[in-house]
Amino acid sequence: MQQQISTSAIDKVIVADKLTKKFGNFTAVDHISFEVKRGEIFGFLGANGAGKTTAMRMLCGLSIPTGGTGLVAGFDISKDSEQVKKHIGYMSQKFSLYDDLKVWENIELFGGIYGMKEHEIKAKTDKLMHLLHFEKERDKLVGELPLGFKQKLAFSVSIFHTPQVVFLDEPTGGVDPITRRQFWELIYDATARGITVFVTTHYMDEAEYCNRVSIMVDGKIEALDTPKKLKEQFGASSMDEVFHQLARKAKRIDS
Amino acid sequence: MRQLLSFVRKEFYHIFRDKTTMLILLGIPVIQMILFGFALSTEVKDTQIVVLAPSHDEASERIIERLNGSAYFNVAGRISSNREIEDAFRSGKAKLVVVFEDRFGERLRHDGKAHIQLIADATDPNAATTFTFYATNIINNYQQDLMGAQQNPYIITPEVKMLFNPQMIGAYNFVPGVLGMIIILICAMMTSIAIVKEKEKGTMEVLLVSPMKPIYSILSKLTPYFVLSCVNFGSIILLSVFMLKVPITGSFSSLVFISLLYIFVSLALGMLISTLANTQLAAMLISGMGLMMPVMLLSGMIFPVENMPMWLQVISHIVPARWYIEAVKAIMIEGLGFMAVWKDVCILAFMAFVLVIISIKQYKVRLE
Repeated sequence: MQQQISTSAIDKVIVADKLTKKFGNFTAVDHISFEVKRGEIFGFLGANGAGKTTAMRMLCGLSIPTGGTGLVAGFDISKDSEQVKKHIGYMSQKFSLYDDLKVWENIELFGGIYGMKEHEIKAKTDKLMHLLHFEKERDKLVGELPLGFKQKLAFSVSIFHTPQVVFLDEPTGGVDPITRRQFWELIYDATARGITVFVTTHYMDEAEYCNRVSIMVDGKIEALDTPKKLKEQFGASSMDEVFHQLARKAKRIDS
Repeated sequence: MRQLLSFVRKEFYHIFRDKTTMLILLGIPVIQMILFGFALSTEVKDTQIVVLAPSHDEASERIIERLNGSAYFNVAGRISSNREIEDAFRSGKAKLVVVFEDRFGERLRHDGKAHIQLIADATDPNAATTFTFYATNIINNYQQDLMGAQQNPYIITPEVKMLFNPQMIGAYNFVPGVLGMIIILICAMMTSIAIVKEKEKGTMEVLLVSPMKPIYSILSKLTPYFVLSCVNFGSIILLSVFMLKVPITGSFSSLVFISLLYIFVSLALGMLISTLANTQLAAMLISGMGLMMPVMLLSGMIFPVENMPMWLQVISHIVPARWYIEAVKAIMIEGLGFMAVWKDVCILAFMAFVLVIISIKQYKVRLE
């Protein structure tokens, strides 16, 4: 019953087809369709209230679509959300590790939740601590770390079980530019290991780092292409301009 | 299984790292029991009494001697008229005034009947019940000794009058009451706050996205509080048996069984509250308003349910603590066995069933 629709050949990790979510009369997400290829960094932009968080939650199996279909990692998000959950990683916009657990305890907890073996967790933790230069912080409570550290750690934890795709919901909110830069280096590392990255962001300079970008306005996807082509299409010099041209059309008030 | 284990471990870390909360959770029951205990045990020893015995006859003097000779009482003085009784209390000289009627010995000899009035300061009701009870016993003993010596029956009737607090709170009632309250508060309030805390901090979202079954994450959240409640149950029972000398007269296994059931009901209630509340403050208020007040007022812990107006009695039926406290009283104090509390057990089991069903239905697997 949990048949994985063979997508490995085509390598589309996310397929959304007329995905829709209505809350009563309000259509939060309005027939959006797009595909994300394996190893891609897919930027999912939109003003507040454009519906991107709702769309992302549907793709993570947190919210059932009221119309359309979605496949994530080859599983149907309406019928097989439990399978979807096993193959994705997620980092929420609120910082979401446990402050009163130590760094390694947080890693061990999430490794355990995703069913990883003890020795596998140990080995990978050592490697990760080395990679992040966190050796000294290993036994510290997460609550004692600076925000930039926490966010890097949260991202590393979200891909610790090597998911097919990781969803990042505004991961760099409130972080200084240098840390953001380091954060994006981690994202590139992850894609190099074959992990697909689906990221929402407010920072337009970050949109430039994505392979492809979609821009949502009032629940619909108004533009979708590489940053370079989008800039050509809108005759703009930066993604910021592209975004403002599109966002101006928005009728919905900031939620 | 591994999922569950790593999760349970995490929950224990949460509790053990928060030393203040843990101390409060484990300390409150102990402190409450000790406070209640001292109110009970220190006041009864060497209670100051004042005697009004106008007749100065042999019988009244014997009784006074016996009272004074016991460990419970000291005769602090004598008065010669009813008007001085009030003063004896006001000046703090007496906790109990023993009034022999006029010509006490003479009436006892001729009519075979005489009265003693025991007037107690019941501002501390627990102590008052206890020492009037002791005084009554001492008088009854004397009466029995008299009857043994003589053929004719002598009847001395002690009349007990409680001043300042005519509504008496039973001396041993608080042990079942404290048990009932501590368990429901720790289980329901603390678990609901713990679950809602994850919602508030955003970690719940990450858990919901993970393949972890929600029922597992809830089960593992309940585990440490279940353990804590069992520890509290143990410490309350130990204190009440060894410090307060409130014996468990009935079946110990029934007591443990119904307590575990009650802990389960309370945990289920906490789960339900956590599905209703979105902030820790809301969880606190809901459990405060929804649990504290009914438990304190409608469970029979302080006020007897039988004396309440009908509509309050009806409401009290849905308070789990009411049934638990009733059962614990029956087992601990009245010394009854399981057969006496089967009704309470059934009701609590039914409540547990309903609560679990509702909260599982309510539990939001998906964030809407």
